[in-house]
Parts: sequence; C-alpha cells; structure tokens
Amino acid sequence: MEPKEIHERLSAKFGGKILQSVLEAVDPYVVIETSAIADVCGYLKEDPELACDTLMCLSGVDTKEKLQIVYHIYSMSRRHRVVLKVETTREGEPSVPTVSHVWGTANFHEREAYDMFGFRFEGHPDLRRILCPDDWEGYPLRKDYKYPDFYRDIDNRQVDTRDV
Amino acid sequence: MSEVRTEEMVLNMGPQHPSTHGVFRVELVTDGEIVTETRPHIGYLHRCFEKHAEHLQYTGIIPFTDRLDYLSGMNQNFGFVLAVEKLLGSEIPERAEYIRVIMAELNRIASHLMMIGHMGTDAGAITPVLYGFRDREYILDLFEEVSGARLLYNYYRVGGVIADLTPGFVEKTRKYLDYLERVLNEFDQLLSENKIFRGRTVGVGVLPPKVAVDYAVTGPNLRACGVNWDLRRDEPYSIYPRFKFDVVVGREGPGVVGDSWNRYWVRVQEIRESAKIVRQALDGLPEGDFIKAPKSIRPPKGSEVYHRTETPRGELGYYVISDGTPTPVRVKVRSPGFVHISAIPAFCTNMMVADLVMAMGTLDFVMGEVDR
Repeated sequence: MEPKEIHERLSAKFGGKILQSVLEAVDPYVVIETSAIADVCGYLKEDPELACDTLMCLSGVDTKEKLQIVYHIYSMSRRHRVVLKVETTREGEPSVPTVSHVWGTANFHEREAYDMFGFRFEGHPDLRRILCPDDWEGYPLRKDYKYPDFYRDIDNRQVDTRDV
Repeated sequence: MSEVRTEEMVLNMGPQHPSTHGVFRVELVTDGEIVTETRPHIGYLHRCFEKHAEHLQYTGIIPFTDRLDYLSGMNQNFGFVLAVEKLLGSEIPERAEYIRVIMAELNRIASHLMMIGHMGTDAGAITPVLYGFRDREYILDLFEEVSGARLLYNYYRVGGVIADLTPGFVEKTRKYLDYLERVLNEFDQLLSENKIFRGRTVGVGVLPPKVAVDYAVTGPNLRACGVNWDLRRDEPYSIYPRFKFDVVVGREGPGVVGDSWNRYWVRVQEIRESAKIVRQALDGLPEGDFIKAPKSIRPPKGSEVYHRTETPRGELGYYVISDGTPTPVRVKVRSPGFVHISAIPAFCTNMMVADLVMAMGTLDFVMGEVDR
C-alpha cells in the first residue's frame, strides 16, 4: 500500500488524532497525538490490510524545541512501511503510552528511549535504564545534557591540555 | 523422613562468561538445573556511539561504525554510507558498487566462519574454532591488502570506497573461494554431521516464527525459523538484484525448524550463497572509478531516512536526521543483536543451563553492536 493511502486510512479512522501527514519526504511520516499512539499502533497491526507485523525501530529524537519518538513500522506480508511520530515537551519526563504490548520488540527499544531521553512509557512492564548504569543521572542524548564531572568518585572533568 | 526442601535459585551468568561472547550478563532463575526464567542485562560495552555521532561529520562517523560490530565492519560501513547517500541522492560508480558487494559478502563469510567455529566451542569442541580462525585469516589478509586494516576497515566512503582493489586481488579471491568450497565440507563432517553436536543442538532453543516476528528477529535467525525473508532480495539495495542466489531457510531434517541446529545450518549454507555472489561480482567487475565523492556532504535541511541492510547478524538500520550542516542531528542504530537479546526471555525457558549456552550462542550477537 502506498504511504498516501495509509495516511488517508489513518485519518479516516482516527480523525483529529492525526496532526500532520507529510508525504514529500524520503520516508513519508504521520504525526500522531501522543495519547493515541498505542491505539494507532494496535490498529496498524490488527487491520488485515495494513498488517504491520513488525516494529523495525523506535527512536527518540531531540529537536531542541521538543522531544519526538519515531516509530518505523513494517508489514512483512504487505511490504509497506509506516513512519509515525509523536511529539512531547522537553520538560521533565514526558509521559507516552507504551506500545510494548503491541510488539514485543518495543520493550527494549522503549527502555533505551527512556534511558537516553527520559520518556515515561505508561504501562511498560519493566521501565529501567538499559545501557547506562541504574544510578546514572540525566538523559545523555538530550541536546542540553551536561557531562557529569564525577561518577562514583571517578574524575571525569575535561582537562584542557593547552593549559598543562 | 522429612520432605526434600526445594527452592528457586537466581544464578548470574556473565558478564565475564565464555559463552556470552562478550560482556553480557543473564540472570537465570533456576529450578534445579532447569532455567525457568531469563533476564538479560546489557550495557557493559556502551560507548555512546550515538552521542559521538552528533559531534562528528559524516565521514568521521564511518570509522565508528566499524566498532559497532567488529566481526563485520564492512557491512556496518555499508549500511551507513547507503543511508547518507540516500539522503544526498547521490549516484556512485559501477565499479564501486561491485567492490562494495564483494567486500560485504566476503565479510559475511568471515563473520559466519567465526560463528560456526564458536558454536563448536559452546558445545565443548575446540577444533572447529581453530578451523574457523584459519579460514577467516585469508579473508582478513585480503581486506588488509585493500584497506590496510584487518578488522576495523573504514573502507567505504560516501560516493564509493576509499581505495581501488590491489593488483591480483581478483585472482586471490577466486583461489580462496575454490579453497573455501573444500573446507566447508570439512565443517560439515566436523559439526553438521557430528552426532554429539546434533545431540546438543537439535530441538534446543526452538524459536517459533510468530515470536520471532513479534520480537523483530531478523537475518539468519529469522530464516532458521522458516520465514523466507532476506533484505538483499526483498528490499534490495545497491546492486543485489543483479546477482543470483538462494535464500536459505530452516528446514525439518535432522533439526526442528527454529532450533539451534537450524540457526547453525542456515549460516553454513549462507557462506555458500555468499561465495556465489562474490564469484558473480568478480566476473562482472567493470573498469572505472572507484569513488565519485560529493563536493560536500550536507544532506538537505530536515531530511531524514531509515535505511536498513542485511548484515551477517540481521537487519541493521541507520536512522539519520540532517539539519543541513555537515554534522547529523541524530544517528540512531537499530542493531540486530540488541533486538535478538530482547527475544531471549521469550523463548529461552524450561531448558538446561548448558542448552541455554547453545541457544544464546546460535543467536550470534556481538556485544559491540548491542551496547553501541
């Protein structure tokens, strides 16, 4: 199915929850209202004509104005891909519904997005840090992330070698 | 006599355990010798690749991609340059396309040889790994000749490859492929038809296709489950449509579809298929330029792409976002190993601890790409 047709189907089903549909791009994408993402993903998977059976990738993105989560979804039986985006504020730990009940693979991807960007995935069965240690502070892939000077007494301060 | 008191025991396997192939820890809940639950813990090799990438120019990121999966550096380079080229919309010379495919497929052979060898060690046989190292050595020599490095090649560039093939490369590669055909039969005798090896792998760690698709398992691991899926054929990139090769799928035979034996067997057969592709590419190798470098690598502002390629371990995806500067805003790596590890709790249960070693070993993850 062509991206245009998929986007139209989503608009027909979810109406106002579809905020934007961009077709003029290398990978056409749809921006979804954050609260509706789990429903949209469930629909994409269950609908026999869309049949999006795998989640290829789930990535957090920091655009400096806001945080985004990008879902790259693929249908192996129908051979089409769908790209969904949700946008949240940058303050604190923004809450986003989980899709880990839709695709098992989302479990680890969401843990990574939490670890790196601080998204709170509501309903996630095991939301812990995954790549960083459990006691790490801050979310490293945010653009305003400050590198810690110390971690467990390990001195990590930057030394300007020109001063030495 | 009082009743025997039993209780579950939590056992830590790793992070320094020979069977985890890197620094990887699995928490096992065991009932006697039976594993009832597994909880994987990763992150021991996290090197902030994605953060580094946001501070580097596109060409500067290429050597970092080698270090993701250090057993198939060529394939990691390949995926990244293809993603950037897709953003730029650039064309690359014919010769470069052929060289890229030759390198990627040779690297696939090298990587699979290592995996097959290590399968032997996991099962308690030391010999196969020595054979695997021996045969991989020739490929590393070839790579060293063209790129100067044995593992971390940094060979692909946006627009082509960094250096042309050296004189005699084609002949040497042909000679190696003839040799490889002979030694693959050796592997069959050592492992594929080995009664003990079959006893250790047949029916062990069966991954049902439905679970595999749900967990987005890809590559040889997916094909071993009987799912006929290969990105080189089904979502072709580069010049793969020009080559004839078969997609090897797991079968009922000595093994059960989706078990450790099939994951092993699929890789042995894939070596043969890769050799076929390399032969065809060597035959068709045209003369001409090996690189057509773009004047500047600045993909249009706001453009983004998710590009995936078939590496020896499965689907490697690069999600690259550009803001029109020479440095990307975001580079996300979707590594096959990361995804495969997330599937371990779903199918590695109710098996012996020793079988878990086989089931995990056949998934063939490299911690460098898992932790990035």
